[in-house]
Amino acid sequence: MAKEVKKLNLNFGPQHPAAHGVLRLILQLDGEVVEKADPHIGLLHRGTEKLIENKTYAQAVPYFDRLDYVAPMNQEHAFALAIEKILKINVPARAQYIRVIFCEIGRILSHILNVTTQAMDVGALTPTLWGFEERETLMGFYEKVSGSRLHANYFRAGGVHQDLPKGLDSEIAEFCEKFPKIIDDLETLLTDNRIFKQRNVDIGIVSKQDALDYSFSGVMLRGSGVPWDLRKSQPYDCYEQLEFKIPVGKNGDCYDRYLCRIEEMRESVNIINQCLTNLPKGPIKTNDGKISPPPKKEIKQSMEALIHHFKLFTEGYRVDEDEIYTAVEAPKGEFGVYLISDGSSKPYKCKIRAPGFSHLQAMDYLIKGHMLADVPAVLGSMDIVFGEVDR
Amino acid sequence: MENLESLEKAINSELTTKILSSKIKHDQINICIEDNNLIEVMIFLKTHSSTKFKQLIDITAVDYPERDKRFKMVYLLLSHEKNSRIKIEFDIKEGEILSSLTSIFPSANWMEREVFDMYGVEFKDHPDLRRILTDYGFKGHPLRKDFPLTGHNEVRYSEEDKKVIYEPVKLEQNYRNFDYESPWEGTKYIKEQTKE
Repeated sequence: MAKEVKKLNLNFGPQHPAAHGVLRLILQLDGEVVEKADPHIGLLHRGTEKLIENKTYAQAVPYFDRLDYVAPMNQEHAFALAIEKILKINVPARAQYIRVIFCEIGRILSHILNVTTQAMDVGALTPTLWGFEERETLMGFYEKVSGSRLHANYFRAGGVHQDLPKGLDSEIAEFCEKFPKIIDDLETLLTDNRIFKQRNVDIGIVSKQDALDYSFSGVMLRGSGVPWDLRKSQPYDCYEQLEFKIPVGKNGDCYDRYLCRIEEMRESVNIINQCLTNLPKGPIKTNDGKISPPPKKEIKQSMEALIHHFKLFTEGYRVDEDEIYTAVEAPKGEFGVYLISDGSSKPYKCKIRAPGFSHLQAMDYLIKGHMLADVPAVLGSMDIVFGEVDR
Repeated sequence: MENLESLEKAINSELTTKILSSKIKHDQINICIEDNNLIEVMIFLKTHSSTKFKQLIDITAVDYPERDKRFKMVYLLLSHEKNSRIKIEFDIKEGEILSSLTSIFPSANWMEREVFDMYGVEFKDHPDLRRILTDYGFKGHPLRKDFPLTGHNEVRYSEEDKKVIYEPVKLEQNYRNFDYESPWEGTKYIKEQTKE
């Protein structure tokens, strides 16, 4: 006779190393099988959208660094593009290339973190140690170009804040030469690793249809076999002039998503290399004095430059009345900004569409019927960062 | 994009009177509808062979406190097949209850919860309309324009009570919102010069 088993409610997080931040997951367990998962989010809610409504456009940029804080510049990119489209600013070619280089660096930063911590969640520590060394180098590039390792505040509407310092391009090129070898090393640790495969293959399978229904984007969508990448389908900046492949998965399980990320890192290196060889010379931001501040030297000599400087740093530039939705292919998926401007120097509304929000929403659907031990594997392969989910 | 124009025409000819106005801006189709047609329009856009907007990108609201119909609801859809985006919008009054899209797009669940949390717009037939981003027991709807930026309550650990307590916000200095905007627009010919 079967014994009556009581269902167990388990709190996973908010302080759990495998929850990738402050996720509180309430799991209903039948033995070790998960029957229901209810993610409670918002523990990192900072009201970014409300704060942006009360700041000028230039002051709003740093908030975007704090969303997905493992790939900060990709978010700034979406915001900069939104303003540029409304104001119809032409971004100089050099600025476009620099932005793409740093977006791809951001993608590598994010994918290293995700792949290696996912490996750690399922029991492998070494990849994390190896991967983080490379992240350190990449964050060094961030620091050299913007002054800070994480919260860069580097992209501006109309270009970037300052030009690459001398020698940085050759340093990045050097990194690009070495890095594919590191990816190979990571792959020797994981790709054919028996334990890693046992923990990831056929776990958290997403069908094509469900990936669409649940608003998945990025690797979560491509892992299920939908060849969709905004860099290709709705190209922005100079992506049109670059050649790169879009890795697509087949089974839509955690393992395929891992493979997609590994391949995407290789493609990113490829893109950075192309950008570095074709990097044009010229200005790095628009020369419209009403939008980008004048160089320090000019302020000392020109009255007009001084006035521009003063107005830009007090009132800020005004953005014509308009509304727009722009999206970029951030490492985690489609990151979008829905911006409504009212002609003043502050946005009337700025809705941030974070890819992780829709991914985490599908947690219940993904984990139903899996074992408790699969929760970290699924969570890891979703690439959740709470900065962007909670905003 | 000529593609986009023909798509807009196709949508207009199929939905006819359900569309109040439509235009193309920033490579996107924008249509205005009436709130009671929402479900029909969404099902059409998702399933019809000429549109195939299979993915719901986002749902949000915009608060205009001075208007009679206070909230503008905005739905963003994406079609992978047609590689195009569409925005559906309509105005609603405060307290009006909308139909939920969860039966058409499962991902609408959290998006609608967020709109409810941030703006206080309610949805009928929603399986689980709870707050999502704000604290347990939170009062008010933060993204409404009349909600103060600094909020109402703050949280701290109290040494006396040995627990986390909620208190009304105490600020050393009020949030200062300077008005830097000068009414002076400059001479017209200079503006035209700088536009070039």
